[in-house]
Amino acid sequence: MKLSISKIIIFCFVAFSLFVFWKGLKKDNNYDTTELIGSKISNFQLIGINNDDRYISQEDLKKNKFTLINFFASWCAPCRAEHKYLLNLSDKKIKIIGINFKDKKNNAMNFLKELGDPYDFVGKDSNGKISILFGVYGIPESILLNSDLIVIKKIVGPIDQIQYDEILKLAQ
Amino acid sequence: MKIKFFLFIIYISIITPMHSSDNQTKLLNVYKNLRCLVCQGQSIADSNSDFAATIKLVVQDQFDDGKTEEEVYNFLISKYGEWIVYQPTFNKNNLLLWILPYIALIFGGFIILLIVRKTKHNKVN
Amino acid sequence: MLSNIGIGLIVLVLILSFLTIYAAYLDLRTSSQYIKKRIYQLSLLQTTFTVLSFFTLIIGYINSDFSLINVYENSHTAKPFFYKIAGAWGNHEGSLLLWVNILVIFSYLFLVFNHKHNKRFRLYTLIFQNFLILGFLFFLLLNSNPFNSIYPIPLEGLGLNPILQDPALAIHPPLLYVGFVGCSIYFSAAMASLISGYGGKLFAQSIKTWVKISWCFQTLGIIVGSIWAYYELGWGGFWFWDPVENASLLPWFAITALMHSLIVLEKRNTLYSWVIILCLLTFILSVTGTFLVRSGILNSVHTFASDPSRGIYILVFLSLMIFSALIIFFTKNKKETFNFNLESRETFILANNWFMAFFLVTVLIGTLYPIFLDVLSGVKISVGPPFYNIVIIPLVIPLMFLMSIGPQFSWIKSQNKFFYKTLFLMLGAIAINLFILYFFGKYSLLSNLIFTTAIFLILHSCFDVKKLFINKNKAELPRIISHLGFGLLIFFIGINHQFSLEEDFNLKVGEIKKTNNYEINFKNTETKESKNYTAVIGNFKLTNLKNNLVQYLDPEIRIYSNPETLTYEAAIKTKITSDLYLTMSNISRSDYYNIKFQNKPFMVWIWISAIMIALGGFIQLTLKKNEA
Repeated sequence: MKLSISKIIIFCFVAFSLFVFWKGLKKDNNYDTTELIGSKISNFQLIGINNDDRYISQEDLKKNKFTLINFFASWCAPCRAEHKYLLNLSDKKIKIIGINFKDKKNNAMNFLKELGDPYDFVGKDSNGKISILFGVYGIPESILLNSDLIVIKKIVGPIDQIQYDEILKLAQ
Repeated sequence: MKIKFFLFIIYISIITPMHSSDNQTKLLNVYKNLRCLVCQGQSIADSNSDFAATIKLVVQDQFDDGKTEEEVYNFLISKYGEWIVYQPTFNKNNLLLWILPYIALIFGGFIILLIVRKTKHNKVN
Repeated sequence: MLSNIGIGLIVLVLILSFLTIYAAYLDLRTSSQYIKKRIYQLSLLQTTFTVLSFFTLIIGYINSDFSLINVYENSHTAKPFFYKIAGAWGNHEGSLLLWVNILVIFSYLFLVFNHKHNKRFRLYTLIFQNFLILGFLFFLLLNSNPFNSIYPIPLEGLGLNPILQDPALAIHPPLLYVGFVGCSIYFSAAMASLISGYGGKLFAQSIKTWVKISWCFQTLGIIVGSIWAYYELGWGGFWFWDPVENASLLPWFAITALMHSLIVLEKRNTLYSWVIILCLLTFILSVTGTFLVRSGILNSVHTFASDPSRGIYILVFLSLMIFSALIIFFTKNKKETFNFNLESRETFILANNWFMAFFLVTVLIGTLYPIFLDVLSGVKISVGPPFYNIVIIPLVIPLMFLMSIGPQFSWIKSQNKFFYKTLFLMLGAIAINLFILYFFGKYSLLSNLIFTTAIFLILHSCFDVKKLFINKNKAELPRIISHLGFGLLIFFIGINHQFSLEEDFNLKVGEIKKTNNYEINFKNTETKESKNYTAVIGNFKLTNLKNNLVQYLDPEIRIYSNPETLTYEAAIKTKITSDLYLTMSNISRSDYYNIKFQNKPFMVWIWISAIMIALGGFIQLTLKKNEA
């Protein structure tokens, strides 16, 4: 076989494509947003779950060295599972904002009464639109921010021991 | 020849932008272009998930605020990444994607031209 | 017991494949003009054992023999009889066994039916085909064995997934596999042709029936899949440019191009190298498609349960196939001289190939680009319907124009006798388009051109039918029907797209929604208990405000217990003029239901036109040699 440029190019191209296929096998093909870190959160107004006059905005979060924003609901089973980690984080003086997602106030309050309240502030998101502002697509989801309001970690799903340790590492 | 060209122009000008799209169609087109993160093989238009329902509300709000389609897409992309739109944006990541098919088209046409030219050349000889 | 029989049969087939290769190799060295009888016998024996192994699996399903893991995972005693059988090929391992069956059956049939062709060519084809068979057999035995057994034997199976119990879904895979896997035989034939030097017109004649068969079944398989998606999946569409759908479309473009180029190769003994490339490319695309679907590399609604080890096997097999094809092609291929006049049928067939290649490249790039981008840079993007529509649709316009005038040209060189006919039909098409535009609605420039060229193609085909009756020359009939079908398909897809009404809104029981054209009354819901599901049925009364016609539609939400799934059954009323489509889904923690309503004009004509395209191909197969 006469070796010509075009033949070499074709061989290389095929080999390269097969290599990419091989590499692609190892990748997880389910898309989640956990890699979307490094951007600043947008401006928001979060109305308190108890009192309609009380609300916080992004300005209030600038006072904290780190803030953890946690989306939860009383009807969400994994939220129960992760709750103890939130309580621990709260004990370690991490500021946590809870956002009650598509829930009824009484159910949410009973939930917190039963399991404990780790939140410095609980806001409500009755129609889910606030979750979209934070790039959340299911619950539970948690977002760790620094004082510049940059997202430094996203947790999709309940916080487990590994995530808990990582949060502590980042937030100290 | 000129008359045929003139008639063609008239035809084209008759049939050009008579395109009306009402709000509902515009809304549905956006829903169809957005990807559901919960049911990952479906668009927001087709998905029955909670997430899809919320996104629909948000898109409606944005349109009511007067935002354009592009602004809605950019907003959602900033929250969920480029993955959420089915139509790849035209940026440096996706340049190859949009251009390669046309390069192939031109390349193919070029080859056909060569083949037909060679025949003419052979015939002359 | 069945497990042992099944594995035993597979091993026998494996041994026979080796023996066949060896016997063929020996026979190549003899000077006789005829293939030894032994080789026919080996091939027939191989076919028999392969088919028996498939029957063994089917028996396992019929008897609900859960000692086979495959039956346990994919079947259930309560499954209806027909779906028990269909379950045999509705899973990864079983469908792989079906692949092997088709590979072996086609191998034998090619050997037998091509007895008039060159002996060395046929022997080499047999050898290459058996290498492919060996590859799949090793994959089957080492990684995806449908006959693996389980102990202790479970009492009941897992597989009662209701979505899979559907007649269209049952025949869709076998139809597609005859297409996908059928092209293996001309892959092997192409390799054999390069090595034995048996090319040109005779080679074209040896493979053309097989190309047509695989094309017909591939076309039909894609159509059935789309019909199923429309009626069963509840989103009102039939093509989503999903990677698995694309995997079936890629070989289709290649086979269509090949089918057309074969005509040129047979008539004018030219384009041999390109035909070989297409033969090799088609099966390579099939295996690539299988890799994409079964390895888990892609994110899709369609994929089989994925398993990376499968991916490695298929990738290795694919690599061996591609590299051997490349090496043999580059070493054996000779340069060709061309003789193409601009005004000749051959050139228009070249144009067809040009467009098919463009569509193929577009769909290939669209499907693979996200993978490449993710692997090389970590960026994850989606490539969906908007991309394909934007790139492909504009090019369908010149395609249809060329499809209309191409067949008017004769071979070698045409005198330009039909300019006025073309002009006349073009004016007719423009007139009809303006008519539609004026009376029915406004649409974009692109849509206008689509309609105009589609009508142009339809008119041309109708005129050709008239010419057919005058000449009594049946040879052109298949082409006319398929091209007519294609024109109608694009036309009706265009009409459907332009004039569909779609509404998406939330409604509570008892509420009424009024749109511009319809009043939708959500009268009530009722619950119905069925054999394996509970259904919440919504009763809707639809009033067409334009003509006061009333229709009743009853979409369902079905709750299955085993396995626990929720499905949404659309209420579809299909009529000749339009389809009414209604789906209802509940919104969690709310009394509201999300309602999607569509009025789709001429929907059923889309299926009719598509089937017409396949019909042309089937007619072509039945035409006798002197008529074709």
